[in-house]
This record gives sequence, structure tokens and C-alpha cells, in this order.
Amino acid sequence: MNFLSRFLTRLFWSGVTLLGTAVLVFFLINVMPGDVARIIAGPKATPVVLAEIHHSYHLDEPIWKRLGFYLDQLAHGDLGHSYVTDQSVTQAILTRLPVTASLAATAVVMWLLVAVPLGVLTAKYRGRWFDRGVLVGATFSLSLPAFWLARMLQYGLAYKLGWFPVAGFRGFTSLLLPGITLAFLFVGYYARLIHTNMVEVLDSPYVRGARARGASEATVLFRHALPNALIPVVTVLGMDVAGLLGGVLFTENVFALPGIGTLAVQSVFNLDVPMIMGTVLLSATLVVSANLAVDILYRWIDPRIKAGY
Amino acid sequence: MSDASVEIGLSVAESASPDRRAVPEMFRSRLILTGSGIILLFAVLALAAPLLTQWHILREPLLQNLNGLDAEGMPLSPSGRYLLGTDNLGRDVLSRLVYGARVSLAVGIAAMLTATCIGLTIGLLSGFYGGKLDMGLMRFTDMNLSIPSILLAIAFAGLMDGKILHLHPAWLHWRFLDLKLQRGMVSVFLIIGFVSWTGMVRVIRGQVLSIKERDFVHASRALGASNARLIFRHLLPNVIPTVIVLAAMNTANTIMLEAGLGYLGVGVPPPAPTWGSMIADGQAYFISAPMIVIAPGVAIVLTVLAFNLLGQGLQEVLDPNRAR
Repeated sequence: MNFLSRFLTRLFWSGVTLLGTAVLVFFLINVMPGDVARIIAGPKATPVVLAEIHHSYHLDEPIWKRLGFYLDQLAHGDLGHSYVTDQSVTQAILTRLPVTASLAATAVVMWLLVAVPLGVLTAKYRGRWFDRGVLVGATFSLSLPAFWLARMLQYGLAYKLGWFPVAGFRGFTSLLLPGITLAFLFVGYYARLIHTNMVEVLDSPYVRGARARGASEATVLFRHALPNALIPVVTVLGMDVAGLLGGVLFTENVFALPGIGTLAVQSVFNLDVPMIMGTVLLSATLVVSANLAVDILYRWIDPRIKAGY
Repeated sequence: MSDASVEIGLSVAESASPDRRAVPEMFRSRLILTGSGIILLFAVLALAAPLLTQWHILREPLLQNLNGLDAEGMPLSPSGRYLLGTDNLGRDVLSRLVYGARVSLAVGIAAMLTATCIGLTIGLLSGFYGGKLDMGLMRFTDMNLSIPSILLAIAFAGLMDGKILHLHPAWLHWRFLDLKLQRGMVSVFLIIGFVSWTGMVRVIRGQVLSIKERDFVHASRALGASNARLIFRHLLPNVIPTVIVLAAMNTANTIMLEAGLGYLGVGVPPPAPTWGSMIADGQAYFISAPMIVIAPGVAIVLTVLAFNLLGQGLQEVLDPNRAR
């Protein structure tokens, strides 16, 4: 099977997955009881008003017909309008996406900058106290609740020491502490991942060959071993987009950043069904396209796959 | 390296039941001992909490007490009377922490069992039958994997809360709290269970795919064993060690989700003391009484850490192929 047909198959299945997710979530969210007209009109609305809203939002139609309306809307690139603010969902998401995206990017850069050296050094000093200490620290970092860590760092580093803005969004500096929070949550896992891959790679013949030729330790570790140890990290990064979005949700809320996470939580509080659908579909799209991108990048990063080894 | 894998291959092929040598090994693993020690401590405290209250060792967790507030109505700092201080309603933080362990462990473990049942069933069916069923189930899993579990959970939990609001006028809300506490626990663990089964499916499926090509399965099939017999007698016992490892790790996950839902105010409803909601309610008082926020956070970290350590330890003993 050549590259193009493989790519098209993957693309097709990604589309099917997304469509399926949309249908699944639509049913689950709309089957949950709760009168949407009341959410829109408020608790004191008269039956006449409620009936009118039911009609104009197609709420009196059977659910499969409403699904049809929704999918038709989606096909036109329209996610509908918020029940609470009547704002276009697409618009709301597009204005907030840059904040979330830059927060995520900041965090990924931060944790890789720490995790790569930690992973390499623990692989080199395998079994020593340094390695064990990092292992304990990594498990600890996996066990931190995002919202609590965010509060603690906010109190310590922003409020007490005044190194960072406490909350709100005023440019890049506002993303630093939320980024550090997220980096804390993921750095341990990635340090271990790189460690495991490095240990494997360091055992391989070409590394022994490089050592035998008298290459310096730094050259062996960073030029010969690290690039190959980093390949699996790309896959995990692609799969971690969902987990990252989960962390972003809490971090944004604690630091009051106007991103997708705060939008999602707010719309849940407002019982704003179209907005909830929008944020859920956005994250599904991000995750699916990240996986697709990894699949394509992989062949380019690791030529052994293309060659069929 | 090759010797070890041969040995493992033999031990699985020879016996259809998990390796019995694993049991003494467990008692030597420091990871398992530390993890289960912490879990046991929390579990005993959680179970004994009503007794401790009866014996006046622990205060009533729901009791709102004016003595628990200072002259300005602010929460008290830790002292001999209130070891971890009080919260904004004058309730004893230590007592709420211990009662919070009941909610966390009960919801976390029930959710883990729900998730394990779903994940194991899908993984076994998908791997064993293959073909169209496999494709359909794996697509279904992909769909669930594509949404962050916490986002899905808050969407459902939040909307579910709406239903209750519509049954009674908002100002009557508190009268039905007793009833809702029960319902809340059940709905919350079901929601968490339904969003956290995906991680298990691929691992189980992969194992089933390799086990079903082993000689002892082929032999059994040749002797006329039914599909049900193959699944329950040969495949299930061989994936159980992996399931135990994944379940322990998943409990860390479900407890974290429960805390997250509690923090966002869509978990088990108040006045039930949950660690997540304690942090959410206490954060406004962080500067004057930091213990309200620190204590439940430490409790979450310790519990989640304990299940992670237990999972890692079990993996080293039961599933050395996949352990690092």
C-alpha cells in the first residue's frame, strides 16, 4: 500500500471517528433531562414563552430530527448559538483558542526542556540515587491534582514572592505560571519515558560502536542515542493532547485565563448545551488531528518505518 | 533478556492460572508495601469514621459551629482543639478530611470497577472475535478516547445536576439533600466509570490477540471447547494479572477525577465532605487559613500516589514484560 492511499484511509477513519463522536455526544447530552427552554427563558417564564422557544429551537421535534438539524449545521461549519449569550459558538471558540494553544505550547516546551536532560542523565546513571530520586519525583508529579497544584504555585510564587502575575491574561507573562503548573504535571512521565527509551538505545550495537570509536560521552548521549530515544516521545505527545486539554481546563480556571477550559466550565455551569457540544467537538478534533499528524510525521522522523524494518 | 522472555512464555503456557510465585514476591516489593500501607491507613480511617465520632475522638463533619469561628467570623487556624483548624462554616477540617476519604475511596473504587468491567469486556470481545466486531468496538473506543475524560465527565455531571434543579424550585433545594447525597454518589461514580475505561481496552485486546494464538488455546479449540469456555477458562485467567495492574493505576485516575469534579462543584453534592469541594470552598480563605486548602490537597496527593505506587509495584511483580 503506498503512502497516499494509506494517508487517505487514515483520513477517512479520522472523519468517521469525529462524526461518530458528534452523534454519540449529541445523544448523551440531549437525553440528559432538563428543560432547555427554561435555561434560555429563566425560571419565571410563562408556558407560552416556553412553547415558543421549544418551537424556534426545534425542541419539540423528535431527537433524531434534531440530530439531523445539528449535523446539517455542522456541515456548514456552524456550531450553533449559545443558549445563554446568543453568541456564535464558532466565534467564541475561535477567539479563545489562541490563549489555550499558546498555554499548551508553553507548557510542552517547558516540560521537554526539563524532561530531556533528566531522562538522559537517569539513563546514564541508571540505578544510582539520582535515578531513584527522579523515579520517586516522577510518580509524585503524576499524583498531583492540577487545580490544587495551580492554587499552591499561585499562592507561593505569584502572591507571596510576586514573581508572576497572580491571575488574568495580559500577554505572555500571564502564561508562564500556568505553563509551569502544567509542566509539573507532565514532566515526570516524560522524564521516565525518555529514560526507558534511552536505556534501550544505549544497549544497541551502534552506540557501542560509537563508544568503541572513541566518541566522547556527550556525543554518544546527545548525538547518537537521544534522537532515536525521542522518536516514541512524539507518539506519546500526540496521544497526550487529550490529557493536556484536561489539565488546561483546571489551570485556566485557577488562573482566570480566557481560554477553552474556562469556556467549557462556564458553559457547563450555564447548562449551555451548544457551547458544551462545541468545546467537546473541538477537543475531539484536536485529538484526532494530532494522532493523524503523528502518524504522518512518524514516517518522516523515522525512515526505518518507511523502509519496512 | 531472551532467557527471561522464554521463561515467562513457559510459565504462562504451562498454567492457565496466574503465577503463584507472585504472592511472596509481593510482600518483598517496597512499592506495593508503601502503596497498600497508605491505602490501608485511609481505608481504616474511612471505615472507622462514624465510630470515632461516636467515641468523641472525631467531631461531627457537618456540624456548623460558631465556636469554630473567631470573633470576626473567620475560620480558625490549627490548634490543640482543632488539629487542622476549621473551615468557613466553623466545621472541623480534620473530621471533614477523614469523612472525605469515605467519599473518595468509595467513589474511586466503584468507578474503577465500573470502568474495569466495561474495558475488560470490550477488550476481550474485540480481541477474541476480531473482524467487524473488533473494528466497530475499536472505533467506539477511539471516539471515547478523543474527548478528555474530565471534560466529558463535567459535561454529564453538570447536566445531570440540572435535572434535579428542575424537579424542585431552587430555594427548596436543601430539603432533599439527604436523598441527593445517595443519588449523587451513584451518579458520580457511574459517570467517572463511563469515561475512564478506554485506557484498558487496547492493552487487553493486544494480550488476547497474542494469547489466542498460543498452543494451549489451539489445543483446547481442537478438542471442541466452546468460545465461552475458551474466553472464561483460558483467556480471562491469563489477562487477570494485567487487569489488576491497570485497575490499580486506574483507581488513581478515578480518585483524581472525583476530586476534580468536586472542585468544579459538579461532584457529590454538598454538604457531603469531599476533598475536591473542600479545596474549592476553602480557596477564598487561603490567605488567612491556608490549611483548609493544603490539607485536602495533601490527602488527594497521598491517596493517588499510593494507588500509583501499588500499580507500579504490581506491574513489576505480575507483568514484568510491560514494566520498565
